[in-house]
Amino acid sequence: MTKGLRVDTKHLPLTATLALFVIMFLFGSLRYTGFFSTQVFLNLFIDNAFLIIVAVGMTFVILSGGIDLSVGSVIALTSMVAASLTMNAELPPVMVVPISLLVGTVLGFCMGCLIHYFHLQPFIVTLAGMFLARGLCYLISVESITITDEFFNFMASTRIPVGNGNFISISVIIAMFVVAAAIFIAHFTKFGRNVYALGGSEQSALLMGLPVGRTKIMIYTISGFCSSLAGLIFTFYMLSGYGLHANGLELDTIAAVVIGGTLLTGGAGYVAGSVVGVLILGIIQTVIVFEGTLSSWWTKIAIGVLLLLFIVLQRIIVARSSTSQVSAAAN
Amino acid sequence: MKSKLFWPLMILVLILLINLFFDRSFFAIEVKNGYLTGSLVDILNRGAPLLLVAIGMTLVIATKGVDLGVGSVMAMAGAAGAMAVSGASEGGLVPLFTAIAFVIGISLLSGVWNGVLVSRIGVQPIVATLILMVAGRGIAQLITDGQIMTVYYEPYTFIGGGHLAMLPFSFFIVAAVLAIAAFMTRKTAVGLFIESVGTNPEASRLSGINSKNILLMVYIFSGLCAGIGGLILSSNVASADGNNAGLWYELDAILAVVIGGTSLNGGRFSLRGTVIGALIIQSLTTTIYSIGIAPEINLVVKAIVVLIVCLLQSAEFRKKVFGIFTIKRPEKKKEGVSLS
Repeated sequence: MTKGLRVDTKHLPLTATLALFVIMFLFGSLRYTGFFSTQVFLNLFIDNAFLIIVAVGMTFVILSGGIDLSVGSVIALTSMVAASLTMNAELPPVMVVPISLLVGTVLGFCMGCLIHYFHLQPFIVTLAGMFLARGLCYLISVESITITDEFFNFMASTRIPVGNGNFISISVIIAMFVVAAAIFIAHFTKFGRNVYALGGSEQSALLMGLPVGRTKIMIYTISGFCSSLAGLIFTFYMLSGYGLHANGLELDTIAAVVIGGTLLTGGAGYVAGSVVGVLILGIIQTVIVFEGTLSSWWTKIAIGVLLLLFIVLQRIIVARSSTSQVSAAAN
Repeated sequence: MKSKLFWPLMILVLILLINLFFDRSFFAIEVKNGYLTGSLVDILNRGAPLLLVAIGMTLVIATKGVDLGVGSVMAMAGAAGAMAVSGASEGGLVPLFTAIAFVIGISLLSGVWNGVLVSRIGVQPIVATLILMVAGRGIAQLITDGQIMTVYYEPYTFIGGGHLAMLPFSFFIVAAVLAIAAFMTRKTAVGLFIESVGTNPEASRLSGINSKNILLMVYIFSGLCAGIGGLILSSNVASADGNNAGLWYELDAILAVVIGGTSLNGGRFSLRGTVIGALIIQSLTTTIYSIGIAPEINLVVKAIVVLIVCLLQSAEFRKKVFGIFTIKRPEKKKEGVSLS
């Protein structure tokens, strides 16, 4: 495996994703009046801040060769916990926020432990986690809980001006901070390297003496934490807690990560790519809103088509690089 | 019998016995209006779509794959079937056969789509079938135009709601599909080929098995099972809902297969185990409704049962927990580990 080839393999999906985003934005700008504005671009971040955060967590999981199906349910559970603690228990936000953040973190930690210590499939464990979190939502309340709290209102409605009358929300700042932290962790820490190594080959990582178990548990804990943080931001966005919130979001998240160029076999990909992946999902929705006559299900079909394109692209890239990678992907 | 089916069977029996505790007449089967009725028949009838999907899923999982598209295929098949008979009134069986042809057509197409992506292009199964899982539901909504389609055509409702020889008709469909699957995999070499491809596709290819075609066939079969399941589901409620029909069926089916003792790592599979697994999931749902637990808790209970079953099947867990009791007989402990 030569060095030049590896760079090529790693960068091509990300480049394609970026190019696609630019093309879609240009397409929208040419076709619809009012599309080409900074605010439309910023709205992509405002509307998808929570999805960006989940996708960041999911990127670590997928980089390590695992999968986390529980993210959507954890968002719902966090929104439910935050809403019921604020409205029913009347706790101050200072306590609500940390407790809400703990929900996903603890669940993620437990799932990580189950996956590592009992060698259970991540797919099944996080599936159980998904059922559990969704069920716990309904245990708290079957109805939607509307939040009327000053702090939550503040977080929801504060607009941070960025010049020319454009604005972003607090959640965007949080999301950007998470992305920056994740990029640092993925590329500049030992843990980040362990994640890539684990995704490349767990056997080799183990033989190299890397702390496979600790890394694995940590990955799912991070994903759980990200889901909870996303859940909080989602709560700011919706100003309510509801058991049906973020239904099926795990699929959108996985789609965003894949479109963002992360190989689902693990070991290759970028956190930044996932952010672009989320933005592409966001722009599809914006285009459909601007089109006006298209029904919402076209979003799903469009995402499906994009997934197909990117997966086939990934296959071509992998097939072109060294044979050892081909056999690894075929397994 | 120290079989892999031991724990799943115990759990199924346990769930059914819990029912007996709350409802003495749980095992009673009566003849009403010439049909057999009772909770057990009800479980069989309502579990039919899941059983079908799970049978197809077993073979896919045996090849170390997974088919996430089944729920969407169910929705598409139901939508296509309902669309075919939507204009039909009473009399004449032509619309019924058109509907069945539509359903089989669309499910075969979905199966071929998944199969080609996995076997010819070499995409990882989770990803390949994820495409159909996302897009398929969109297509189903496209067919129904985003609305719930109601069917007023009597023969269509027979498939999922009719009776034959005192038993629900869907029971016979499941029995037929199960018989075909069992015959193909246990009486011909196909079953062996599937297990071999699941264990090592490359080695299978080198030993002369056409791995690609085996994979393709397995996904087509899974698509077909899902399609028929979707038809039963849609026929049972005489409507088609592109958004909610077959929702989460892929996950329930995977659970049924895993509970039944087929490893997600491919290789050995057990159709009997899958049937038990699907029955566990269905009786769990029925139990939760019948003993008066709020249906909201359904998911929590399901999560806990899934975890317990998976933990019981995990060699590491058995070693750590039951190992304490079997210290005196170390050779027995070793056997338990190698078994799984």
